[in-house]
Amino acid sequence: MPRDNRGLRLTWRVLSTATALAIGLAMLFPLVWMVATSVKPEAEIVSFPPRLLPDTFTLENYAAVWERLPFTRLFVNTVIFAGTVTVCSLLLDSMTAYALARLRFRGRGVVFVLILVLLMVPFQVTLIPLYDLLAGLGWINTYQGLIVPRLTNAFGIFFLRQFLLSIPRDLEDAARVDGASELRIYWRIVLPLAVPALLTLGLFHFMYNWNDLLWPLIIGQDSTRQTLPAGLALFMGQHVVEYGPLMAASVLTLLPVVVFFIIIQRRFVAGIATTGIK
Amino acid sequence: MLPTLAVLAVFVVWPMLQALYLSFTDYQVFSPARWIGLENYGRLVSDPAFGNALVNTLYYAAVTTPVSVGLALGLALMLNRRMPLRGFVRTAVFVPVVISLAVVAIAWSFLLDPNIGLLSHWLSEIGIVSEQGWLRDPALAMPAVMAVGVWKNVGFYMVMYLAGLQSIPAVLYEAARVDGAGTWPRFRRITWPLLSNQTMLIVIMAAIATLQAFDQIFVMTRGGPFFRTETLVMMTYRVGFKEFQFGYAAAVSWALVALIFVLSMLQFGYFRKRAVTY
Repeated sequence: MPRDNRGLRLTWRVLSTATALAIGLAMLFPLVWMVATSVKPEAEIVSFPPRLLPDTFTLENYAAVWERLPFTRLFVNTVIFAGTVTVCSLLLDSMTAYALARLRFRGRGVVFVLILVLLMVPFQVTLIPLYDLLAGLGWINTYQGLIVPRLTNAFGIFFLRQFLLSIPRDLEDAARVDGASELRIYWRIVLPLAVPALLTLGLFHFMYNWNDLLWPLIIGQDSTRQTLPAGLALFMGQHVVEYGPLMAASVLTLLPVVVFFIIIQRRFVAGIATTGIK
Repeated sequence: MLPTLAVLAVFVVWPMLQALYLSFTDYQVFSPARWIGLENYGRLVSDPAFGNALVNTLYYAAVTTPVSVGLALGLALMLNRRMPLRGFVRTAVFVPVVISLAVVAIAWSFLLDPNIGLLSHWLSEIGIVSEQGWLRDPALAMPAVMAVGVWKNVGFYMVMYLAGLQSIPAVLYEAARVDGAGTWPRFRRITWPLLSNQTMLIVIMAAIATLQAFDQIFVMTRGGPFFRTETLVMMTYRVGFKEFQFGYAAAVSWALVALIFVLSMLQFGYFRKRAVTY
């Protein structure tokens, strides 16, 4: 046992810290490689043997991103898609969650069971009929086609319902006695109380849609409506060799999410922890 | 609440049922759907491509689920202790969770490139050589996409395990220490049983997620080489959106739903029987 001896104990600590550090660096390795490659000149990228760090620093790949890819367009599309879906979904999810958690109405049980069932069904199964439906509406390759089917989702409703059930009713009852309407109670009392849960869910929604591949790949037919992951994945298929600009574009795609994550890390991780303990 | 239900009904429930209906039809986009009963499902049974995709999906899930969950538990146990750099390592392990798998898979393909990829070069230095390149080698492509899948998700499960570990009362460990229990008995008798709820949730979530593997496979191999990495979602995409056989693709996607449902129920039943409470 290491605790029997101070020297052994120290070795043990150094060893375990070194292991942890190695694991951390290994996890970051692909990202480091991505960033390092994005600032290497073309000649260094294709040289053998490959090396991690660049000899010469250059930003030419970043300039090339805008020449090779409709990057601004893709970026704007991704912001519109992920942003609108997040905001609208929070509104609709929370209204439904409020109704399910607080109001008594006929069919409430049925609706809740339906939502639980939807929680289990993978979205891929709806892909083909949804495409068919949107094609019928003429919504393929449009923003509404991308956004509208994602306006609400079962997970969001379920998550917020559980949260609302955990906050006391007293405040709402007081407002009700004062004659406030249900809409007013929802807007002025319930929503402010639910802010922590809304933030967590908002992050989930934003991250999920920003990163999603399959859906924008199918609904966005060309770069005027594709998002960054779909656009880059397809670019990769067409131009295998141009790794420099591709890595630069990847860095630019991942950067907002990583920065966002580091800022709100604590809340985000706490959010995952609470979804785990139901 | 009504608009939410309308969105769910039109864009989730209706397409689901529509998928079920389409799976009984011969529908090739340019001609109207024609009812053919169980023919698509009959075709599934005899289609070697479907058998292949099913085996690949199960193989992928059977390897990545236990590996991710096991690693996540190990990391959580390690990072639950006080140690230098703990915050950094936790963040490093978690960062892959928040970024786009499709985008980072581009960097992975590059790392594994036989000529200019750094990882492929390092591996060949220690004797693991792949002449054709990892992603073009029928024997190695699957392990490569599996490794990327584990890398991406392990941080998420680690955070869930950390939350579980923190909910175990410290008193139990103190009591065990007084009784002279060593590290392994403390883990075996306290930590593991008290994490069983967490483990159940994580295993079921991980299994559902792995059965839907798509993003990194689409980017890294497109299901190749020789369909060695074609999963059920990948096959749905190919049959539906490359070959435009909507009816048959719907049947493939329903097969995935059935698989996920049956496996989740089996796991749930298995863990229920072994549930532990102190």
